Amino acid sequence: MDQYALIFRHEDGHKVASPEQIQVWMKQTMDWIGGIAAKNKFVSGTGLPFDGAKIVGHGGVVTDGPFGEIKETIGGLIVVKADSVDEAVEFAKGCPVLQGDGNTVEVRRIARNDGTH
Amino acid sequence: MEAPELIPNLFRTEYRKIVSVLYKRFGFDQVETAEDIAGDTFLTAAQTWPMRGVPPNPVAWLYNVAKNKAKNYLQRASTFNEKVSPEIQNASSELYETDIDLSPKNINDSQLQMMFAICHPSIPVEAQIGLSLRILCGFGIDEIASAFLSNKETINKRLYRAKEKLREEKVRIELPTPAQIDERVEPVLRTIYLLFNEGYYSLSQDQVLRKELCFEALRLCHMLIENKETNKPQVNALLALMCFHASRFDARFGKNGELILYDDQDTSLWDSDLISRGGYFLNCAATGDQLSKYHLEASIAYWNTQKEDTQEKWENVLQLYNQLLMIEYSPVAALNRTYALAKARSKEQAIIEAEQLKLENYPFYFSLLGELYAGIDNDSAKKNFQKAFVLAKNPADKQAIQKKIDKLE
Repeated sequence: MDQYALIFRHEDGHKVASPEQIQVWMKQTMDWIGGIAAKNKFVSGTGLPFDGAKIVGHGGVVTDGPFGEIKETIGGLIVVKADSVDEAVEFAKGCPVLQGDGNTVEVRRIARNDGTH
Repeated sequence: MEAPELIPNLFRTEYRKIVSVLYKRFGFDQVETAEDIAGDTFLTAAQTWPMRGVPPNPVAWLYNVAKNKAKNYLQRASTFNEKVSPEIQNASSELYETDIDLSPKNINDSQLQMMFAICHPSIPVEAQIGLSLRILCGFGIDEIASAFLSNKETINKRLYRAKEKLREEKVRIELPTPAQIDERVEPVLRTIYLLFNEGYYSLSQDQVLRKELCFEALRLCHMLIENKETNKPQVNALLALMCFHASRFDARFGKNGELILYDDQDTSLWDSDLISRGGYFLNCAATGDQLSKYHLEASIAYWNTQKEDTQEKWENVLQLYNQLLMIEYSPVAALNRTYALAKARSKEQAIIEAEQLKLENYPFYFSLLGELYAGIDNDSAKKNFQKAFVLAKNPADKQAIQKKIDKLE
């Protein structure tokens, strides 16, 4: 069984949500992850808060990020176990991030580190 | 109480105390000696009490006999050594100090230190649990075998190997250093919880024994809390969890010993004292930055002491199960989480997720599906309950499932 990273991409990091809205999303996200964990397919995961984020560019230029020039941002990721990429995609379809127009979940297999990739 | 029933009871409570003190005194090099002396003590009681009557203070009697037997042994060993090799005797005069300290404080200290010695990382988890049941709780080999669904021979071998290992590794009977406590306390807690579950979920009809097992677990856990160095948040969380569960002990069984399910329990039989003690320890657990699975399970158990079906209750329970499953998957948690999902969201949503759990080997899986389909699709509900009935392992479970089927008709 392989492991896959499901990476949440937000189209527009400028949007500011209300605390109530954030709480609803949190619950939805926890229910989604709980559903995966109940199938014994959850490995790990983390949110990536925007506050204090920095972008380090070519030549060591540091800007406050990920806002500013870059619109699309990563909001978090989880790692799941799946028998196939299709199963991982099915998990990704339930991600509450997808309720936001233009948001995406990127599904990437994790290298096995056993030389075979 | 007459001697024949008194002795097994005393064996249960006093053997482990005597053996811990003797282990501590002799070290793992001479475990057989410690066990022989403790065992002989009870044999002497069994031989003399029926004829001469039970002594006025049976516990003090046992301690005295154990002390004398240990003293005799040490004196014999000492004499032998004096004659054979006086140098050794001088070099290790402390070893032949014959006083055996069976004061409450030394009994407690010895048991606490034994807990950590037994749950040493060098021996396999199963053997740790077996040794704990044997040495800390005075279980017989038969009982340990049934707890592990194994046989006497296997358990004897396992315990023998574990003791060899403790000897080889020269494990000392002492508390770990403060830096090691967090890591070393985890297997100790797991063992205590297993012991509790053994009493709580046992199929044995012997209510007194079962209750005693549960309170043994509470006692061992409390011992960890009484000591400053082992009084950790996760230890308090486990004690809270066990208090909450134990509060329903008397409500879980009917007059004929039949199991009464949560929904049908008479809440006036719930022990409010244990519930408030659980609340107290859960508060004590709310320090530090570590959220252990015991914190989550204790919080869930707290909500189970609130019988009323509120949205708030089920929302909390659902989120706690989500977190618990993220830390550690178990089929039981997966099933309970799905039930909470039905209560907090909808049966329809829970059915979709339940169908994906793939836990077809568990009778409770089909009970859950039956429960979820009831009122939505009674045919499916009935089919699932019938599958659960076939898989159920004991008459009490079968009876409970049959009731559910009857209700549908």
